Amino acid sequence: MADSTMDRVAQATPPKVAHKIKGLSDRAIAWIFVGPTIFLLLAINIFPLIWTINLSFTNFRANRPNREVDYVGLRNYERILTDSDIWMTMQATAHFLFWTIALQVVIGFALAYLINKKFKGNDLWTTIIVLPMMLSPAVVGNFWTFLYQPQIGVFNYIISFFTGADPSSFEMIGSVTLAPWAIIIVDTWMWTPFVMLICLAGLRSIPDYIYEAAEIDRASKFRQFWTITVPMVLPFLMLAVLFRGIENFKMFDLVVQLTGGGPGTVTELTSINLKREAFEKWRTGYASAYAIILFVTVFGLASIYVKALNKVKER
Amino acid sequence: MKSMKFLTATALSGALGMVGAVGLPAAAAQAEDLTLCWAAWDPANALVELSKQFEEESGHTMNFEFVPWPNFADRMLNELNSGGQLCDLLIGDSQWIGGGAEAGHYVKLNDFFDAEGISMDDFAPATVYAYSTWPKGSENFYALPAMGDANGWFYRKDWFEREDIRAAYLAETGEELREPQTQRELLQIAQFFQEREIDGQTRYGAAIFTERGSEGITMGATGALYAWGFQYESEPGSYQMDGVVNSAAAVEALEFYKELYETATPPGYTDSYMGESLDAFKSGQVAMAMNWFAFFPGLYADPDIGGDTIDFFVNPPQEVEASTLGGQGISVVAYSEKQDAALEYIKWFAQPDIQAQWWELGGYSAHNSVLNDPGFVDSQPFAGDFLEAMANVQDFWQEPTYAELLLAMQRRLHDYVVADQGTAQEALDLLVEDWTEVFEDEGKL
Repeated sequence: MADSTMDRVAQATPPKVAHKIKGLSDRAIAWIFVGPTIFLLLAINIFPLIWTINLSFTNFRANRPNREVDYVGLRNYERILTDSDIWMTMQATAHFLFWTIALQVVIGFALAYLINKKFKGNDLWTTIIVLPMMLSPAVVGNFWTFLYQPQIGVFNYIISFFTGADPSSFEMIGSVTLAPWAIIIVDTWMWTPFVMLICLAGLRSIPDYIYEAAEIDRASKFRQFWTITVPMVLPFLMLAVLFRGIENFKMFDLVVQLTGGGPGTVTELTSINLKREAFEKWRTGYASAYAIILFVTVFGLASIYVKALNKVKER
Repeated sequence: MKSMKFLTATALSGALGMVGAVGLPAAAAQAEDLTLCWAAWDPANALVELSKQFEEESGHTMNFEFVPWPNFADRMLNELNSGGQLCDLLIGDSQWIGGGAEAGHYVKLNDFFDAEGISMDDFAPATVYAYSTWPKGSENFYALPAMGDANGWFYRKDWFEREDIRAAYLAETGEELREPQTQRELLQIAQFFQEREIDGQTRYGAAIFTERGSEGITMGATGALYAWGFQYESEPGSYQMDGVVNSAAAVEALEFYKELYETATPPGYTDSYMGESLDAFKSGQVAMAMNWFAFFPGLYADPDIGGDTIDFFVNPPQEVEASTLGGQGISVVAYSEKQDAALEYIKWFAQPDIQAQWWELGGYSAHNSVLNDPGFVDSQPFAGDFLEAMANVQDFWQEPTYAELLLAMQRRLHDYVVADQGTAQEALDLLVEDWTEVFEDEGKL
């Protein structure tokens, strides 16, 4: 593989350029140009990955370099896969992923559909809607912590206004049942505009003549929506789901700011749990195995998803 | 002419350089830029003030790296684990001493103490044991007690003294309203104030620690656990925890803390620690609050809630008198290239007159000359309580794996107390399992 790449690079190198550097073959010159990139790739991507795999079979702790390191075989993997607490964090992550993506896709698509209609001031509305995703997650987390405050938070007062409940009678980020939803609401508020923008790009890529042809064929608006709009926007929607899925799988900052993983461990997502293992408990070997399991999971799911996406695009 | 000027200038420069080469390095060897790392809180400001005297006397310059408490452990332990040279001196938490000693982060101070005539007998025994020694109780010293501290309580004295409130309390409970003498009495008083209208505002009972991320709920709940006689192991060094950590008394204490949280704290106090406790008290939300003695000088000096408005009490006993230990020792970081100057600072800091000034400025000296001074108890309204607390302090595990042990306790306590999952017995049983696994991995079980 590398040889054929090098041959292609060598063939593509203009002869005049190659001949100017005496004593160097085209292949050598190609290596001079490509080498640093390959070195960087190996140094900052491949080597850490291999080293992490190696560490995952040990009981190494980064905070105790003087301690003897033992190879423990698959023990770390076995402990992780049989640990009910870790499965609970996986469940919490799956719950968070499902609801954030579902809500963001539905609301994002709806907003894009509305914004796509020509009306006065839609550029202004687009700007306003897009504002939340421009903010830092840490700031958003802090900001919503105040909004959710049972005594002074505006959120509780708004809910109370509609339901008649006492504002201080419920705690969004302190309640076991409400805390996961508190995070889902904030993430949806923040990232729905991103899905909306992608959908908007999809909607604006549909040529008008297709709708004009459908009009001539007397297709109803509903039929036009289901047979033209949805299929043609679907690849864009799937792309948005892929981006949001990968982003939310590694969600960290927003949750840490809002709940710190609590109450208890109700909102402790895998990324937070992994950080605790690696950089608070300093179980480096164990955390490496944990990271490898997550990497394989995400890589596997993403590969399957990308294949599905390609099939949808081919249709 | 020009070349003459040039030659003269060059010769002068050379001569000055020679003088510098002879004279300046001698001064440079004495004057160092030292960096002292600690948490960002009131006592740190007092230490900055105090250290100006050291700068004047020694010629060294003191720089300070203060990190907010929630990030303090992460930041400093990362620094130590990476062999960083940011800190020459570190005032690190008592729990770090085991890891600091075993991993070689801290300089062992025995030879230095012997050479300089610094005796650990001059410091309160509880602070020497907790802040300086590893293994525990040994004669190996890795820190000088710097900041004595314990978890205590403060309350709205003005409310406690009001006739209408006192009458209401007497009518409801049949008892006089006073500083609580037991944990149960503390709960009763806190429940009395919960959602009570005072001066047209709804007030609450007590601000307690429930924080999940670092050490908050453990430091708060152990105030109750220790008062019920909680121990970590059946015999020191045995690591036998079953039946001890999850004993009937421990279960009762944890159930008590949960009741205190559920029935006597303000709404939304699900993740509160030092800052939230201070906020709740200063904003007039609560009648009582727990916090570290370190904050008491600042609270007493507060123009709004200090002075006659506030008073202090030691963590009330239930079965035994006990308080949760805070505070820290000062260590020389092994990776520092300025260890001699850093040791000079410790020598200076250990002097009785400096320790007396430390107390006056708002730091908590652990030096016997300060604590045993006849005027100490009356020197501040909280001084007597501090002495009482320090006589019965208990600390968390100080093992090198303390972080794992602490995170396990944080999790189990928060799951039960705040997230309302399972029972107290289950929480403590699971804690024993977690801790057993940690010690098994360490080869200590």
